[in-house]
Amino acid sequence: MIPLSHYLIVSAILFSIGTAGVFMRRNLITILLSIEIMLNAVNLSFVAFGRYQGNVDGQIITFFVMTVAAAEAAVGLAIIIALYRHRESLNPEAFTSLKW
Amino acid sequence: MLALIPLLPFLGFVGNAMIGRRLPKAVSGGLASLVMVASFVVSAVSVWQLAALPANQRLVQDTVFTWIASGDLVIDLTLSLDPLSSVMILVVTGIGSLIHIYSTAYMHAETDSEFARYFSYLNLFAFFMLVLVLGANFVVLFVGWEGVGLCSFLLISFWFKKKSAADAGKKAFVVNRIGDYAFLLGMFLLFAQFGTLDFQGLASIASGLPVEEEAFGIFSVATLLLFVGATGKSAQIPLYTWLPDAMEGPTPVSALIHAATMVTAGVYMIARNAVLFSHALETMTIVAVIGAVTALMAGTIGLVQNDIKRVLAYSTVSQLGLMFLAMGAGAFGAGIFHLYTHAFFKALLFLGSGAVIHALHGEQDIQKMGGLKRYLPITYWTFLIGSLAIAGVPGLAGFFSKDEILFETFNHGHTILWLIGALTSLLTATYMFRLVFLTFHGERRVGASPDGHVGASSDRHVGASPDGHVGANSHRHGADSHRHGAASSHRQDSDLHGHGAGLHRHDAGLHDAPPAMAFALIVLAVGSVLAGYIGVPHALGGQNRLAVWLAPSFTADSRLGMAQGAAPASAVAQEPAAEAAAEGGEVPDAAALELTLMAVSSAIALLGIGIGAFIWLKRREIAAEMARRFEPIYRLLLNKYYVDEIYDALIVRPVEVGSREGLWRGIDVKVVDGAVNGTAAIVAGGAWMLRRLQTGSVRAYAGSVILGVVLILGYYLWS
Repeated sequence: MIPLSHYLIVSAILFSIGTAGVFMRRNLITILLSIEIMLNAVNLSFVAFGRYQGNVDGQIITFFVMTVAAAEAAVGLAIIIALYRHRESLNPEAFTSLKW
Repeated sequence: MLALIPLLPFLGFVGNAMIGRRLPKAVSGGLASLVMVASFVVSAVSVWQLAALPANQRLVQDTVFTWIASGDLVIDLTLSLDPLSSVMILVVTGIGSLIHIYSTAYMHAETDSEFARYFSYLNLFAFFMLVLVLGANFVVLFVGWEGVGLCSFLLISFWFKKKSAADAGKKAFVVNRIGDYAFLLGMFLLFAQFGTLDFQGLASIASGLPVEEEAFGIFSVATLLLFVGATGKSAQIPLYTWLPDAMEGPTPVSALIHAATMVTAGVYMIARNAVLFSHALETMTIVAVIGAVTALMAGTIGLVQNDIKRVLAYSTVSQLGLMFLAMGAGAFGAGIFHLYTHAFFKALLFLGSGAVIHALHGEQDIQKMGGLKRYLPITYWTFLIGSLAIAGVPGLAGFFSKDEILFETFNHGHTILWLIGALTSLLTATYMFRLVFLTFHGERRVGASPDGHVGASSDRHVGASPDGHVGANSHRHGADSHRHGAASSHRQDSDLHGHGAGLHRHDAGLHDAPPAMAFALIVLAVGSVLAGYIGVPHALGGQNRLAVWLAPSFTADSRLGMAQGAAPASAVAQEPAAEAAAEGGEVPDAAALELTLMAVSSAIALLGIGIGAFIWLKRREIAAEMARRFEPIYRLLLNKYYVDEIYDALIVRPVEVGSREGLWRGIDVKVVDGAVNGTAAIVAGGAWMLRRLQTGSVRAYAGSVILGVVLILGYYLWS
């Protein structure tokens, strides 16, 4: 039996990787993928907690998160395509005109 | 029934205000006059019914509705008719009707809509004046009080396109506000002290209290505040300066509002609160002194003015001063008597001057009149009757009332004030006959100087003040003229309807008063002769019916009336002889004294007329000679004691400068605008700093989210 803390450590590592990816990569698609990694890190901890407590709440929440993640990926990719058509670039620093 | 008296003019006002501009002049003027006559008829019937009651029950009250009910304060819209208000409503509606009729002719040169506007204001004035005199408590009186002030403002600046008229209206309004402020304070004080504003209630409370002994007690302060209100409305020192300027209005307005009715509201108010005032001896002394000083001062100014209407305006101020002298001496009946006779002859004089101005197409400078007797016979004879009446020639209205005031003043021990009053009578007779002789006698001076008024005025005004606007009757004498000149093209073809066409304005252009005006003049002339006979004093074998009629109004409760002879006011007003008996125990002496004084004042009147005749009829050069010899005095009088300048320097300028430099450039610009602009600047500065955070970079936003998460988590984990 793998203890809960192992799952949580893996989840924390995955989340940190995702966060680092969001901050360090200069490609919008990669950033989107990093966000997916962060979401899945959270999913992992939900499932682990659900298993640890012996109920299905964690799994149910995970399904919701996966649904939302799918929708988010669809919308996010569409936006990225639109942005790319607009600027011929995927670097987030190219899109800073949305300010005062 | 009572409500009908003010409501009829109000209907006329509504009618003329709503559809008047589309009506022909005959209809709108006719409507206005008709409602006034109807109101007069209703008033007369009401007074007749009142007179049928026994003397001690003469009070008709009519509560229209409860107006304000809030805690202790319950104010009913109550109209009350008692002997005092009965005199007032007859004067207001009677003389008001005549002046409405007169106005239909006088204002005929106006366009239809202006004509209707004029009559709607005039009706509105009559409505408010009737509310004022019929009101049974201070609040209703105050509604009328403010309303007549409003109408006065509207009518003074009726020709509002002329700057001097607009300014004069504004001045009247502002000066009256000062008085009204004190009046309000007086009302508040009375309510705070006695819990009622009802005249009857206040009088009965006051009569239960002793006459005030200590200096400036509650009665003195309250009545003094009310009196300040009265000085504003009735043009007494120190608030009289608006009345001479009010002559910018149409002449019938001067006759109705600024001579016969509205300006007497202050006198009426004191008479209405006779019980309160007679409990405040200090106020009474102040009222008497102010009245006497005002009378004398205005009389001296009237002696040298050259504008026909301004002479009459100062004469009005002077006569009002005499009324206040009577009030202050405790002779309430005598004051109201003079108010009543004065309404006749002063309205007559104003309407007569209006007829002269009308005939001369706006000329108001008496230096340029003269010899009009031949061309304006009706105007001349009625004006002469009015002048004789105001001068106090025995047998005419003014004689009886003025004499009663002087007698009462003397009888109450105010010898100095009596002397001032007598001197004022002398002045009155002199300046009135100066006016008569300069206007109607002697040679024609109209159009004598070819270049019109400019050259004439410059050499005449030896003492005109440098800034011109004060000693400047001459510059204003064109008052009505532009209107008449411009609008009278249909009137006299030979006249060339010109102000500049002075030379052409000879005999052919002169026409006596048209029928409507002549009618009003003649009725008022008859009134000026006969009005005094309801108050013939005992010493002449009369009954002094007016004093007896009015007496109940000056006591605490008119229902008790005669029974309460102990109240000081009633003793004064009831029977002078009896009162003298109570004081001195010598009835025949009082009668003898009254006869002596009467002889003295008759002699004074005749002397004044004689002086007028001698100087301005026989030896006109004496006037110029005296003006030269006593130039400082002449200049002082011509410039009205520089009171306007003093007020200007002491009050108007400081207020103006203080408002501009202190309130506007200081408080408003720096503090108020500063606060508003400062708030905006702080917000803008804050936003300028905060918007540095909004980079537009997704990475920075995500970083701030993470930072926030870390901080929140850290807070919960380590606290």
